[in-house]
Amino acid sequence: MPQVSFKFHGGLKLPAHKDISSGASIRPVLVTAGQRLVIPLSQSAGAPARAIVAAGDHVRKGQKIGAADGRISAAVHASTSGRVLAVEERRMPHPSGLSGLAVEIEADGEDLWIDHAPVDYRGLSLEDACLALQEAGVVGMGGAVFPSHAKVPQRHAVTTLIVNGAECEPYITCDDRLMRERAGEIVAGVRILRDLLKAETVLIGIEDNKPEAIAAMRVAVAETGEGEIACRVVSVPALYPAGSMKQLIRVLTGHEIPVGKLPTELGVQCFNVATAYSVARVFLRGEPVVRRIVTLTGGVAMPGNWEVPIGMPVDQLLALAQPVDALSGVVMGGPMMGFEVPALDVPVVKASNCLIARVPGTFPERMPEMPCIRCGACARACPQDLQPFELYWWSRARQFERAERYRIASCIECGCCAYVCPAHIPLVQYFRFAKGEIRTRDQERKMAETARERFEFKQFREMREKAEKAERLARAAAAQAQKAAVADVSGGAPENEADTRKAVIAAALERARKQARNAGSRQE
Amino acid sequence: MHTVSSPYLHKPASIAGVMREVCLALLPGIFVYTAFVGAALFAQIAIASVTALAAEALFLKTRGNPVRPFLTDGSALVTAWLIALAFPPLSPWWLTVTGVLLAIVIAKHLYGGLGQNPFNPAMVAFAGCIVAFPALMAQWPAQGIAAPFGEQMRIILCLSPRMDALAGATPLSVIKASGAGDLYTDVREILVRQNLYGTFAGKGWEWVASAYLLGGLYLLYRRVITWHVPVAFLFGMAFVSLLFWRHDPMHYADPVFQLFSGGSMLGAFFIATDPVTGCTTPRGKLIFGCGAGVLAYLIRVFGAFPDGIGFAVLIMNLWAPMLDRFAQPPTFGERGGRV
Repeated sequence: MPQVSFKFHGGLKLPAHKDISSGASIRPVLVTAGQRLVIPLSQSAGAPARAIVAAGDHVRKGQKIGAADGRISAAVHASTSGRVLAVEERRMPHPSGLSGLAVEIEADGEDLWIDHAPVDYRGLSLEDACLALQEAGVVGMGGAVFPSHAKVPQRHAVTTLIVNGAECEPYITCDDRLMRERAGEIVAGVRILRDLLKAETVLIGIEDNKPEAIAAMRVAVAETGEGEIACRVVSVPALYPAGSMKQLIRVLTGHEIPVGKLPTELGVQCFNVATAYSVARVFLRGEPVVRRIVTLTGGVAMPGNWEVPIGMPVDQLLALAQPVDALSGVVMGGPMMGFEVPALDVPVVKASNCLIARVPGTFPERMPEMPCIRCGACARACPQDLQPFELYWWSRARQFERAERYRIASCIECGCCAYVCPAHIPLVQYFRFAKGEIRTRDQERKMAETARERFEFKQFREMREKAEKAERLARAAAAQAQKAAVADVSGGAPENEADTRKAVIAAALERARKQARNAGSRQE
Repeated sequence: MHTVSSPYLHKPASIAGVMREVCLALLPGIFVYTAFVGAALFAQIAIASVTALAAEALFLKTRGNPVRPFLTDGSALVTAWLIALAFPPLSPWWLTVTGVLLAIVIAKHLYGGLGQNPFNPAMVAFAGCIVAFPALMAQWPAQGIAAPFGEQMRIILCLSPRMDALAGATPLSVIKASGAGDLYTDVREILVRQNLYGTFAGKGWEWVASAYLLGGLYLLYRRVITWHVPVAFLFGMAFVSLLFWRHDPMHYADPVFQLFSGGSMLGAFFIATDPVTGCTTPRGKLIFGCGAGVLAYLIRVFGAFPDGIGFAVLIMNLWAPMLDRFAQPPTFGERGGRV
């Protein structure tokens, strides 16, 4: 059967470094009594959840501690049973190192679940099923953590469901292990998603460097008894970033999502395998998202994948894998798009697919930055068909309009350009900077626009009031004139008198109108 | 240094590595050329290289740039080598030095150094010197009179008088003369009579050109350059020479002869492909290469200079930024539909 027929521009064949951690099966991480978990309330790409517990409360595993706030938001749950110590600002696992509201729980060691039971999604309306996902805190587990319920479109019909098992970044193997060991549940989740989306076809894309995962997933799909047409596992060439949503959709369907459009507008929607797994847990077991598989790799003696309760501090988790040396840092996510955690006590969140313990020699030394020689290696590597050296040029020169014209907004920050740059220019850093500046500028513009509108409305109002006053005065004057005219000519020739009176009134009204008009035109 | 933000991985690539590849690719051409004109070429390359590195170091220091990373980036060496290959091999040493200084100091550093120069430094040197010293720049060694190395060195160092006998007609100059003159003899006939015709192009020069072609193919294979510029360059030159040749085969040489004469191959693979001064978009590169090829032919055949590569490339350098602006390829999601 022909497998993949579409390619995307650029991309890289990267050294995989996946063997380090892909050998061992997933190990559970047990929470011991007294251990403290820090569960951030902002764990989706949308609005942070609202805390619904307070210090001193006792919570059970799976109990909701943060309620979704708005449509693009997802609930947050306690990942073990214990006592809430605090609801306060904590340092977040984010490159900025900023803090955010989090719930700290001291585990009682019992790890007691709340009462939970499977839910038959087929008995639910689409809205209720989506609500169930939101309430269970299901977000994109590939790292983007977009609330999954919000990806079930209200307007567009989805014909093709893409399931992302590409896992294209080096070092990361959590999806690989999940597919090898729990393919059945993933496929169950895929079928639920397909039913919710009413999709006709399902394409599960897995990079060809994971033959065991592909085989396991094929078996699981075959066990459903459905034909290959309805659900197909496709082996895609290992070419970074094949796991980027747009690139994977392109590889599997040939569709290129137009700039500024959503996949659903083309009848395609995409979910990660780990997200599908979470969906299955929600409906088949009634379990919200309280843990995830995390790859521990890099400079550790026991690399592998662990099933980690959300909120476990990075250093405590890494201790399980026994770092071989004094850590010079920990990278959360992959080496291409991840970031160094600002402190070792930040918690594991739903987005944390991988932790790379950094010891001397894990990554190559940074080379001194040289001037760009426009060799175009970056443009040849860019999967978004951008001209990174042009973006670099304009970003550096702070000419952000030009950068926008060269479509800096399309940059997915995959790092391909910086990887190949012979001048060792940290291109992605420049692009992040430029995007940040553009965002700030747009916000400022918006604020200035609002201020201008307010000011103009104030001016308009003042003018209008002035005009109204003038009109009132004119009317009063006209009335007076009329009265005077009537008094003057009482007893004279009635017709003539009436004409004169009319003329006087008309003149007064005309004056008033003119005044009002002038006031009106000035405000414009 | 610790890489602070992603990507943390980096391909083991560097500008020095790119330049090393270019130098490596020039070697076959240099060896064949040396076999043809004598070891004097090595001396010229040495003079050019030393001057280039000295000027580069001096100006990096003056401009307050770190000397070590820039001096070792290899870009000055590539410029020096191209100058040595583009100048007549028996040029006096000071001509080579002047050319290199023109390239490194004026064309490169006065514009901001590596990556900032709008014009190809080696071709600025060529153009500057051919305008200032037209006679010296036209003294190409006569066919078959490769003097011994000692004598060649004495000429280069201006210790021996410059004998006219050492210089001779090149295949290109003969063609130019025949194209301009009202001769009723086939150009090839003239070349053959003067013992300047080899197997398929100018005697000797055809193999130098073939060696450059080989080096160029190596650059393509190593992905240092893309196919666009050389293919477009050679196509442009072949196409326009074909037109003239078909029109008047008596006075115009055939395309194969043109492609393997003078600096065609060197220009197509090593000079017009300079990324700093050329186009970077695929379509821009095609127009750039094609334009350079056509102009090089026209200047070579109808202009006042022995070869047209230098001026052709400089003229196209002027256009490069604008061409790139209008040749921007569509980005992902701008093509629409299945491609």
